[in-house]
Amino acid sequence: MASIFDVVLYVLIFLSVYVQVFFFVTFLENRKKIIIRNGKTKLKFYPAVTIAVPCWNEENTVEKTVRSLLNLNYPKDKIKILLLDDGSSDNTFKVIKRFEKYPNIKIFHKENGGKYTALNLALQNTETDFFGGLDADSFADSESLVRIMSYFEKDPEVMAVAPSVIVSGPKSIIRNAQKAEYNMGVYLKKMLGFLGAINVTPGPLTIFRKKVFDDLGYYRHGYNTEDMEIAYRMQKNNYKIEHCNDAFVHTNTPGTVRKLFRQRLRWIYGFINNTIDYKNVLFRKKYGNFALFTLPMGVISIASVSYLFGRIIYNLVHFLYLKIVQLKVIGFNFSVRSFNFDPFFVNTQFFIFLIIFIYLLVIFSIILGRKMTEGKWNLSLDMLYFFPVFGLIAPFWLLKAVYNTILQRKPAWR
Amino acid sequence: MIDWKKYLIVLLITTGLFFTAIYLSNYFGNKKIDQLKSIQDKIAIDILSSETQFSLLSELSCKNFSDAILSSELNELGKKLEWGQDNLGSSEELVYLKKYYSLLEIKDYLLAKKISTRCGTKSTFILYFYTKTESCTECVGQGIVLSTLREKYPGLRVYSFDYSIDLSAVKSMLQIYKIKDTALPALVIEDDVLTGFHSLEDLETRIKESFKLQETTPIEGNNNKASS
Repeated sequence: MASIFDVVLYVLIFLSVYVQVFFFVTFLENRKKIIIRNGKTKLKFYPAVTIAVPCWNEENTVEKTVRSLLNLNYPKDKIKILLLDDGSSDNTFKVIKRFEKYPNIKIFHKENGGKYTALNLALQNTETDFFGGLDADSFADSESLVRIMSYFEKDPEVMAVAPSVIVSGPKSIIRNAQKAEYNMGVYLKKMLGFLGAINVTPGPLTIFRKKVFDDLGYYRHGYNTEDMEIAYRMQKNNYKIEHCNDAFVHTNTPGTVRKLFRQRLRWIYGFINNTIDYKNVLFRKKYGNFALFTLPMGVISIASVSYLFGRIIYNLVHFLYLKIVQLKVIGFNFSVRSFNFDPFFVNTQFFIFLIIFIYLLVIFSIILGRKMTEGKWNLSLDMLYFFPVFGLIAPFWLLKAVYNTILQRKPAWR
Repeated sequence: MIDWKKYLIVLLITTGLFFTAIYLSNYFGNKKIDQLKSIQDKIAIDILSSETQFSLLSELSCKNFSDAILSSELNELGKKLEWGQDNLGSSEELVYLKKYYSLLEIKDYLLAKKISTRCGTKSTFILYFYTKTESCTECVGQGIVLSTLREKYPGLRVYSFDYSIDLSAVKSMLQIYKIKDTALPALVIEDDVLTGFHSLEDLETRIKESFKLQETTPIEGNNNKASS
């Protein structure tokens, strides 16, 4: 008889396989719709767009961010750039002041109130029909905006378009691991876009119709994940969100484990708490795949990783217990045994095959995401970093986010 | 718009994958059980062969009858059965195999003992009674000590018996040596019953003594006993 722990494991594995197969089937259905454009994109009509750059202590990156906006392949008189210093304690304000001379740039300075307050100040000063933000640690590719705007031109029902966010910054093991993860994110986001089930409109250059904010209200704190909360609100009101896979925005990702941990803790905490706030949406068919697939998928992921991690810890403790007993009863009297590989001892329990299957589909997602961002089909070394880095650290931020939610402790921004 | 058909198709594919994984697992599990069976068959033949040879011993000299003919694969089988119980699930087939293994151990033990007595070969036997239940915290350590000893002294034969196995032959041994589940782990060395945990040093001393005893035992002196 399987124990209750085994049954929980099998159920979680079943659901995890379901999620991966769902993505794969969505890919097979829509693969011909994934278009990666080369060269300059042209629109019939170029609507005016306001892009806000909220900054908080971003003196090192904000200049490059603004320059990337000035270099966009989009008529200059159609882009309004709002630079908002959210009470920085470094030289950010001095740096952005240098852009005062540009006629399409406006500078704002306010007391620190959080990113969403800076975005709301920008919204108050927006007169265009389209609005977007660009985080001050991100850099837009020159073709990104025009490609995003082509989605609005094609479909008047589209209310927001998210870009493909890819990793920038000096190379390190942590960044390379994130590179593979972000590539996978591009693929998954595209699939969620096909399903009409995107749950985050990322800070780096998601463009909205201003109508969204006029209808649904401005940004909210959203547990420091305002870009997630607004997406939830849009989904709740059946506002269509698309993903423009060939609009690339490079973002400066955390370069150390500590910074990565804090960022992900904020994201997962945001996911858990926004999902709790929007719990009435869950499994309600009128909210579409967002309610039936995206949100349950997130919950399944957190539950599966936490549970598997718990089992691994249990097995590790058991292993250590045996080693301690061994040390206690025979000391360092270990005999050197010759290692003979015997296939008999290879674990062939059925869930092992399913875990291998899940891993294969994850690898497939990363490869496809890489094809969509870098145009290359081959395997990259980043994957070698992805599995150990995220496998080892992710459970900790997941569990910490659950713990913080239970104790109502809010994580800091960085 | 929700595409319910897609949800259903994905459910069918996932279920299909689940059953495929179960099929594969059973396939490899059965292969492993077949492997265990073939090892057991080999051991059974080895023992039968040794017994037959032993019956002929009166016509042969002990020179032709060495320790090497005793089945060397019992240890490997024990390890594989133990692993199988933890990883292949406790199927009836495995329970049956474990019973068969215990029986083979007893036969091997009896035969080895006879040969040892008859020929004075340098073999030391330890009967080890344990239980896998959590009540026996010392069984884990005792198992490690015995494995270490077995590696150190290849001539040492350790026969392990699960206390809770439902086999009359094992129950008889428990009765003979008056072993109770409260006194586990229990060891039988040279007909002495030792209960509770015994350290590596302690057992090593006993084994060395046992070796000496056997070395000093005159071969001829036992001939009469063995043939009686």
